[in-house]
Amino acid sequence: MTRAFRVILVLSMLAALALSGCAKATPAPTATQPPKPTSPPTAQPTVAPTPKPTPVTKTVVIGFTSSKTGSQEVPSTGQTRGLELWLEQVNAKGVTLPDGTIVKFEFKTYDDESNKERVQQLYTKLINDDKTNFLISPYSSGLTDAAAVIAEQYGQIMITTGAASDATYKKGYQLVFQLYTPASRYLTGAVDLLAKLDPTAKKIAIVHENDKFSTDVVNAAKAYAESKGYEIVLFEGYDSGTTDFAPFINKIIGAAPDAIMGGGHFADGSTFAKQMYEKQVKAKFIALLVAPPELKFADIGEAAFGIIGPSQWEPQAAYSEASAKAAGVQWYGPSVADFVSAYKAKYGEDPAYHAAGGYAAGLILQKAIEDAGSLDTAKVKAALDAMDVLTCYGRVKFNTSAEAHGLQVAHEMVYIQWQKDASGKLVKQVVWPAEGKSADAIYPLSR
Amino acid sequence: MTEQLLASLTDGLLLGFVYGLASMGLSLIWGVMRVINLAHGATMVLGMFATYLLFSAFGIHPYVALPIIVVLSLLFGFLVYATAVHRVINAPYLSTLLATFAVNMMIIGIGTAVFTTTPRNVDIPVGRIQAGPVTLLSTRLVATLIAVIVTAGLYLLLYRTRPGKAIRAVANNRAAARLMGISAFRTLALSFGLGTMLAAAAGALIATFFPFTILSGAGYQTKGFVICVLGGLGNPTGALIGGLILGALEGIIPVFMAVNWVPVIEFVLFVLILLVKPSGLLGAR
Repeated sequence: MTRAFRVILVLSMLAALALSGCAKATPAPTATQPPKPTSPPTAQPTVAPTPKPTPVTKTVVIGFTSSKTGSQEVPSTGQTRGLELWLEQVNAKGVTLPDGTIVKFEFKTYDDESNKERVQQLYTKLINDDKTNFLISPYSSGLTDAAAVIAEQYGQIMITTGAASDATYKKGYQLVFQLYTPASRYLTGAVDLLAKLDPTAKKIAIVHENDKFSTDVVNAAKAYAESKGYEIVLFEGYDSGTTDFAPFINKIIGAAPDAIMGGGHFADGSTFAKQMYEKQVKAKFIALLVAPPELKFADIGEAAFGIIGPSQWEPQAAYSEASAKAAGVQWYGPSVADFVSAYKAKYGEDPAYHAAGGYAAGLILQKAIEDAGSLDTAKVKAALDAMDVLTCYGRVKFNTSAEAHGLQVAHEMVYIQWQKDASGKLVKQVVWPAEGKSADAIYPLSR
Repeated sequence: MTEQLLASLTDGLLLGFVYGLASMGLSLIWGVMRVINLAHGATMVLGMFATYLLFSAFGIHPYVALPIIVVLSLLFGFLVYATAVHRVINAPYLSTLLATFAVNMMIIGIGTAVFTTTPRNVDIPVGRIQAGPVTLLSTRLVATLIAVIVTAGLYLLLYRTRPGKAIRAVANNRAAARLMGISAFRTLALSFGLGTMLAAAAGALIATFFPFTILSGAGYQTKGFVICVLGGLGNPTGALIGGLILGALEGIIPVFMAVNWVPVIEFVLFVLILLVKPSGLLGAR
């Protein structure tokens, strides 16, 4: 017995070792991090009559976690890449404060494994051990909701990106600012698009992931669709991590809807689309959350064709200095084309909206620091509260009411559909809103 | 409604064959050596990843890869038995339970470090046959066929070959079998190897249907326990039938209520059977 127990003890220790090996936090990327100069670059030798005071360089630490593993890996990677591009660009010059201080930025980041508990541990670590000055959210509403509590408790400003759920911003937080169009406005455009394409369509089936974000989205979409006279013939949630959608697909086939809406995140959404194709589900219109705008969605091949998805941003977006002027708001940052080409040059692919959101998170924080002329949390918060700006990512303005402080009020969604170009290759086209579309929507889907 | 029921039931039953195949492994190991193999789910995932790696790295089709996986998993089973299980085989149940749990944690730990928990897919072209309201996918049909063939093979092995008879003898009475000159170590290692092989083979087949991560095994393992209880613990053919019953339930329940109720009903049934007939519906003992 004692011998058996010893063996078990040894095995358990080995297992614990193996686990601790994989739970080790990923160190912050250093590739994009510039050296921290203590003095400005050597100027051309000039005969200066009076020596100027040496500008002080301050390094601001921005902390966030990204999902390098787990179900959120794909969109989270895009988001992090957007942030890294911003870091590289901003650190080329730095931000100069009114007192002459040059501010440079540094990232501290860990892998949250797409896991809420990890997120809370890691944000606490970021604040306490890594001494962050500002925070960016992880990717996804669930993870961000977990992180936002920590940011608020420790009194640090958090710009959230990749987190659309409305609920996080209705908890009385004062320091959490949302860049994404909230979930409540995520699929309502798809309902409008359906109405435009086919006034005779009446039945919608909604099958969605049972998580915070997707539930918020579909509840709002359901209410909106019903107010427009649609009949919701199926409304059912699936657990995060579902891989077998057959029971739902059989229900959808039974309900014979005109349109299917729902989904959740990337992994489940692409599997759902793939299995609907395998089963040849006959619906005229399919709109799913999150997965379709990702370029990797095309990996499911023919199953991607015709699928519509709401997107926070697309490279075809028509935001410009001229449109800022027309709307009467300030323009800030690079043009859409400059952002896209810089991203492409760095990563060799077009940015998806998660990447644009990540980039915008950095950009908006930079703008707020410039507006505040200070790194003081209260002043930067005031600048964010007052902000109304158009960037390559779109318009950004935060709700400043007590009930929903930080909720995004100005940013708009676009809707993409996977179509085929002349050579038969799958391409994303913007099909809604009408004024921003790059192609007409394919309707009805024929399978 | 009838059409939906038919389609849903077919899906459930086809999946049930593969569940059954996996559970035969669990059942065999319990039946022969009284070990609850908590590394069962992790072993299934190893089968999935073996399929994935052979397919994505060498372009080997999953069905061609299956024999390779069968041989490798048999050897892996021997290895696990010799290193982790054999020394505690005569200790109380808790020891073997913990030993296999430790193996489970090691597989998951190493797997997470190497593969991360990112979902993987084995993307093979899927054909389909339309029969009225029922859409039969080629991957499911082939998996069902393979599950039936493997079950028949296992049956033949257990009832028609010497090592099979030795396995049954050891299952029946280990001490008596040893007195008859049967090597307990070899027989038990073979049983554990076969059980591991069945789990890995089922995993390899499931990899052709669904995406998976290194953590996917837990769900299938829990289903495995329900199936073993349904089919009668220690009765491999009963496990296949248990798998079919579970598959049928998973097909029928969603027609009448939300899919979220499926696990609730499955586990209520699990407890009820344990209460009424602890040896399982088809359990002989």
